[in-house]
Amino acid sequence: MLRRRAEPKATVAVSLDGAPVRAAVGDSVAAVLLLGGDAPYRLSAVGGVPRAPFCMIGNCFDCLVEIDGVPNRQGCLVPVAAGMSIRRQRGKPEIAR
Amino acid sequence: MSRIAIVGAGPAGLAAALTAAELGLEPIVLDEQPAPGGQIYRSVEAVAGERPEDLDLLGADYAAGLGLVRDFRAAAVDYRPLSSVFEVRPGAVGVLRDGRAEMLAVDETLIACGAMERPVPVPGWTLPGVMSAGAAQTLLKASNLVPEGPTAIAGSGPLIFLIAWQLARAGVPLVAVLRTTPKSQYRKALAHLPAVAFDRELWKGLGWMRQLKRLGVALLDGVEAVAAEGEGRLRRVTYRRRGETASIAADCLLLHEGVVPNLQLSRAAGCAHRWDEAQRCWRPVTDDYGATDVEGVRVAGDCAGIGGAKAARCAGMLAALGAAERLGWIDAGGRDRRAVLARDALARHLGIRPFLDTLFRPADAMLLPADEATLVCRCEEVTAGEIARVAALGVPGPNQAKAFCRAGMGPCQGRMCGSTVAELLARAQGRPVAEVGHYRIRPPVKPITVAELAGLADETVRGESERVAPADG
Amino acid sequence: MADSDCIVIGGGIVGAAMAYGLARRGRAVTMLDQDDEAFRASRANFALVWVQSKGLGRPEYAAWSRRSAMLWPELAAELKQVTGIDTGHRRPGGVAPALSEDELAGKVAALRQIKREAGNQPFEFEVLERPALDRLLPGLGPKVVGGTYCPLDGDTNSLRSLRALHVGVAKHGGRYRTGQTVTAIRGLAGGGARVETAAGETFAAPKVVIAAGLGNKVLGAMAGLEVPVRPVQGQVIVTEKAAPLLDLPTINVRQTDEGGFMLGASEAEVGFDTGTDPAVLGLIARRNLDTFPFLGGLKVVRTWAGLRVMTPDGFPIYDQSKSHPGVFVVTGHSGVTTAAAHAFDLAGWIDEGGIPAQMKALSTERFHAAPAG
Repeated sequence: MLRRRAEPKATVAVSLDGAPVRAAVGDSVAAVLLLGGDAPYRLSAVGGVPRAPFCMIGNCFDCLVEIDGVPNRQGCLVPVAAGMSIRRQRGKPEIAR
Repeated sequence: MSRIAIVGAGPAGLAAALTAAELGLEPIVLDEQPAPGGQIYRSVEAVAGERPEDLDLLGADYAAGLGLVRDFRAAAVDYRPLSSVFEVRPGAVGVLRDGRAEMLAVDETLIACGAMERPVPVPGWTLPGVMSAGAAQTLLKASNLVPEGPTAIAGSGPLIFLIAWQLARAGVPLVAVLRTTPKSQYRKALAHLPAVAFDRELWKGLGWMRQLKRLGVALLDGVEAVAAEGEGRLRRVTYRRRGETASIAADCLLLHEGVVPNLQLSRAAGCAHRWDEAQRCWRPVTDDYGATDVEGVRVAGDCAGIGGAKAARCAGMLAALGAAERLGWIDAGGRDRRAVLARDALARHLGIRPFLDTLFRPADAMLLPADEATLVCRCEEVTAGEIARVAALGVPGPNQAKAFCRAGMGPCQGRMCGSTVAELLARAQGRPVAEVGHYRIRPPVKPITVAELAGLADETVRGESERVAPADG
Repeated sequence: MADSDCIVIGGGIVGAAMAYGLARRGRAVTMLDQDDEAFRASRANFALVWVQSKGLGRPEYAAWSRRSAMLWPELAAELKQVTGIDTGHRRPGGVAPALSEDELAGKVAALRQIKREAGNQPFEFEVLERPALDRLLPGLGPKVVGGTYCPLDGDTNSLRSLRALHVGVAKHGGRYRTGQTVTAIRGLAGGGARVETAAGETFAAPKVVIAAGLGNKVLGAMAGLEVPVRPVQGQVIVTEKAAPLLDLPTINVRQTDEGGFMLGASEAEVGFDTGTDPAVLGLIARRNLDTFPFLGGLKVVRTWAGLRVMTPDGFPIYDQSKSHPGVFVVTGHSGVTTAAAHAFDLAGWIDEGGIPAQMKALSTERFHAAPAG
């Protein structure tokens, strides 16, 4: 959906659904997903329909994503960090017990 | 007594912090973002440091924020980034940082959390590929990202021109800029024109329009309705203009119908709000120094009423002066004397508002979905048709409506649907929006886990007869 | 003079159940309600349809709760049929977990006493040690020693249930008027009353049911009824949605049919204050984390404080005014549990003339009982 206008100054290695990805330092996790190809950003909790971020500033809660095992985090408010494990959500998350 | 918590590091928060520090107070700036600037000056330090050539693209207003941010850094104010403020109450602010929640004891709180874009519930607005114009701005500022494929922009307001100009200059294929400003509003706005004929903001807007035309971007005015279509993601934007319907292929649609104050914290704090018919939104009731009717809680900047960045700076300064007076650091005379310049500047910056508010008042067609299937509550997936059914039951207001159909019960806590639900109820029941009211908002207004909340258990419990016990059903 | 057969003052779960109960019997009902921000316990409750701990010391109430729990599936089915709305009622049984042997012993003692007081009426419950409890409830924390289980316990979606009752009233031709704060209840010769509201409207009917929660004290006084209700605040935490995990409700934690978890409970005498307190919420969170540690990672989406409509002994009040015959009061803090009995039994009794002697133990007379000895 998006393209980067110029090469980033610094990058970090993260994983998206198990696959390695280089993310620019300063990017939000949401940005990483929006750069990440054709798969829908997430499937909603109520109807299981494809959704993607709408506002990018923490108001719409459509950017929900699992980060380092914790589900339903707002991807637009979390800056990437080296080694981060990012997983797309499909519907309501299962509870980690 | 000198601790003042400032929620937000945009122009209002930064200006308030600087003024508060100068007066001898102890400001603590709690910022959700990793670096100061709020939304309007988002990532300005990083941009200036890593891609200074983009300061021009992002506009002169943006670059002007750099000075403010640098002054703020130089003043060495207690600045706490990546802090999520989930509650404001007299004497305390609930903050979540690094997985730990605490109730920070303070003498005053200034809520300066800015504006949010008005939700634009057109058919298909929940499709991937549809975003707000502000989202595109944020991606450009914070990550240097732009939409890749054919992009359409729809709506009204000065930001439409700015983002269109920015994206066009960045080489984004803009297929159309669909302007939804009703023709009649040009005429009405002219009444306010003499007052602003020499306002720089106005000429700036016209300048963007000229440049867009030169860049060959299709600017279509008088657009009456917009819809996003596609299977699983946006493929087409359909619009109606002068009675005719047309469709354009697009990967990205940016919607914008102006901004409204972000009221989650002021509502959750119990502040009184009033309906502003001219700006078509609710705003907190305040005095000239941003004081609300809740002791020790002030608001300033766009979260108190839309005025823009320059007005927000003035309001921030005034709020700091008000706080200093209430806490006994200056007397009322000293406060009023120091306030003169800021108040004059504020009045000047707000001078263009009647013109802008009249001209860019959103059309009902963009705010009140006519199609039953259009989603009103994105989180709980509640349609306009469902709201209509609940309205027909005679519910007294949005809170009963919420109880009956779940609109407003999702994680966004009504940010994206509250105004739509209230206006739909008002229209269906023939009542003024001001009378219909709004959702009751309660803390936490930001996500906090049950485990993090449990960390507050040792805070002082109010009242002697509190006990936590299993109620017998 | 009368414009309906019955006026119900109050559009919450108690009022709506009464209005529905009368409307389904063919009565022309007018339901009066306040505005959107009125105290509404019906929007702030735990949604349990609960039996096991009810009525200690008052067997009539214990029996009433059991009866209502037995009738609930019928109410749910009827509402589904009449309105198309699924109330979400289920009756899988419910558990009160205990975090210590003392706590468990206390619960068991109370239940045994309720059973003794029930005489020859059936009342089933089980005391479950940890292994048996684990089979019913996944994810229990190490501190849980066991719990009490009652097969009659269950829950519902109380908001959908309220909506269904409202729609049901409408489907049966009932009227619903909001923004009506009642200012006077004037008895009519021959029974019933004329009800006046602050909006300047007047309604009259041969029967009036006062079912306005905390407002019943003032309203009751207008009609010669002493209704000693006071607010007892309870705060609740609601989490984000998760995939279904808990099949049974417990007394303090339940998973709604929407997927979110509700965590309670607190009790505080703070007057009419519906503000939440972070320390109280923190205590609720901490205690429930002991029962179900997995709750820790879930995000809080909503908190609220509800005001229970509490009588001095905690039991409901069902009575008819002596000075204003035809005017009744129906009040209690378990409006969800008793909704079925209200709609089917109580509405029927009121429709046919009055509350029977068997319910005398729940009348206002008990507050004037002469001290023993």
